Amino acid sequence: MTKPTVIKGKIIIIKDNEGSGIDDIDTDMIFHNKHLHITKIEEMGKYAFGNLPDWEKFPEIASKGDILVVGKNFGAGSSRQQAVDCFTSLGISLIIGESFGAIYKRNAINSGMLLMTAPNIMNESIKTGDSLKVNLKTGEIINLITNELLATAEPLSNVQIDIYQAGNLFAYGSRIIKS
Amino acid sequence: MSKTIIEKIITDHTSDNVAPGKIIWLDIDVRSARDFGGANVVKNLEEHYPKESKIADPEKTFFTFDCVVPANNLGYAENQQIVRMFARKYLQRKNLYDVDAGIGSHVMIEKGIAIPNSTVVGTDSHLNILGAIGAFGQGMGDQDIAFTFKTGKTWFEVPESTKITITGKPARNSYAKDITLGVLEQIGSKGALGKSIEFYGITVESLNLSGRITLASMVTEMGGIIGLIVPNDEVINYCRERSNKEFKVHNADSDCEYSEKFTFDFSELEPRIALHPSPSNVKPVSEVAGVKIDSVVIASCTNGRYEDFEVVAKILKGKKVHRDVMMKIVPATQEVYGQLLENGLIKIFYESGAIISNPGCGGCASGQIGMTGEGEIQISTGNRNFAGKQGKGHTYLASPATAAASAIKGEIFVPEIV
Repeated sequence: MTKPTVIKGKIIIIKDNEGSGIDDIDTDMIFHNKHLHITKIEEMGKYAFGNLPDWEKFPEIASKGDILVVGKNFGAGSSRQQAVDCFTSLGISLIIGESFGAIYKRNAINSGMLLMTAPNIMNESIKTGDSLKVNLKTGEIINLITNELLATAEPLSNVQIDIYQAGNLFAYGSRIIKS
Repeated sequence: MSKTIIEKIITDHTSDNVAPGKIIWLDIDVRSARDFGGANVVKNLEEHYPKESKIADPEKTFFTFDCVVPANNLGYAENQQIVRMFARKYLQRKNLYDVDAGIGSHVMIEKGIAIPNSTVVGTDSHLNILGAIGAFGQGMGDQDIAFTFKTGKTWFEVPESTKITITGKPARNSYAKDITLGVLEQIGSKGALGKSIEFYGITVESLNLSGRITLASMVTEMGGIIGLIVPNDEVINYCRERSNKEFKVHNADSDCEYSEKFTFDFSELEPRIALHPSPSNVKPVSEVAGVKIDSVVIASCTNGRYEDFEVVAKILKGKKVHRDVMMKIVPATQEVYGQLLENGLIKIFYESGAIISNPGCGGCASGQIGMTGEGEIQISTGNRNFAGKQGKGHTYLASPATAAASAIKGEIFVPEIV
């Protein structure tokens, strides 16, 4: 089965009280180290953003298929996989960020979580609850309310598409060696 | 389009479009794991691929034990045994370099496993030392390495490149390590963050293979992905002889793009030393001369070559290590150990009162030749001196000459010209 390369979903934009994007959200804010003993992905979702001020209730507002929109250097810090898996757990379909921490990016790609880089997405006129249509292969992000092209993100690489289609890095390993 | 060296090496190993920032599939010529991380690589392979082939190409797959050799704690002993059993089952005996072999990255150069323009991955964060022969080496986590064992490839984001040109003839008591510390002093621990460094200039070009290894080995401490030095005739002939293979030697295109360029004039550069607690905390040795020391380690992937010990032997010959100093000597590999034995250097070290260990990583992995106690001051020829890495004491990083001269004096001492 082939997974879709056009993603539609309601967005949640991670901003502070003054309406600005929050940069440098680190892995402890996303998934605090006191929960690191948790190994089942299903149980991780309820701790997502549990240590990010004013966003502790994020797991209650997030629904399956939502798209997360974040600022710069998202996922800075440690190499914990849970900081990616907690969003998988909630059914987040895609994270659009202005930029990502290097290890976070590697972990996300390896686990098949979709990440897209759109350098100025926080400046666009969108709000939480809007719906977007995102083409993974062209990078086009369309606002479904206005039907206008909102921004163009860096299209996903072959690597990201390959691993996403297989499910994760190890599943991809089985797939290519058998074929 | 004009390309940097790293872009050319990657282009030879992928079918994807290569440009800085692009994520590409990279074919890997040599896939390896060491005793640190190796057991987790095995665990990942057995967990994710229980009933299917685990190794894409056994010829190109290696294990190299070098961190704690032989194992001095149960954890390492068990991990090494897990890897050993896996290797016996899936690989030829020659592809397992067990606890006798020495530092994996050096073994790969000596045995002709790594050659110019090759791609090599492993669980050693200093595997980028292979930039010394114009190869792309890279340390990675155990999941990524397991995937590479299975498939023969990995993915990688093409880095931007930084050009560092070094000119001038350093003082005669300065060596490759002093040049390396000199660069760290200039650019700091983040000076090449995420970048592929290309080293140029007469000062770099005149380094022999051993000196090139020293320089390339500390690119990790500069934040870099790799530090590439274009192989000269000595390196090309060495690698050809060791590998029996032909290979491409890449030069950067003259109009390729660098994100940054640095030029340093190291004329009369005096010996350098990195003080506790970071490799970029560099001062001239003369500024800290006279500080009492308790131990000296001549070892590591940075300064564990025969040429390093030759300098040490010249300084130690006929002299005694200070009675308050423990001096530890660890050759990088079995081959270096053999050279020390054959050429009488072991005798010189023995007579000076030094402790001589079997080959391996030495002090860096905190264990092979002991650790430092609280308050202990150690001079090491290694590449890292972060708090706690080698015990509770403080470690200073210097050249083999500075380390040896200080061992005799019992205090930090500027080496004389030998």
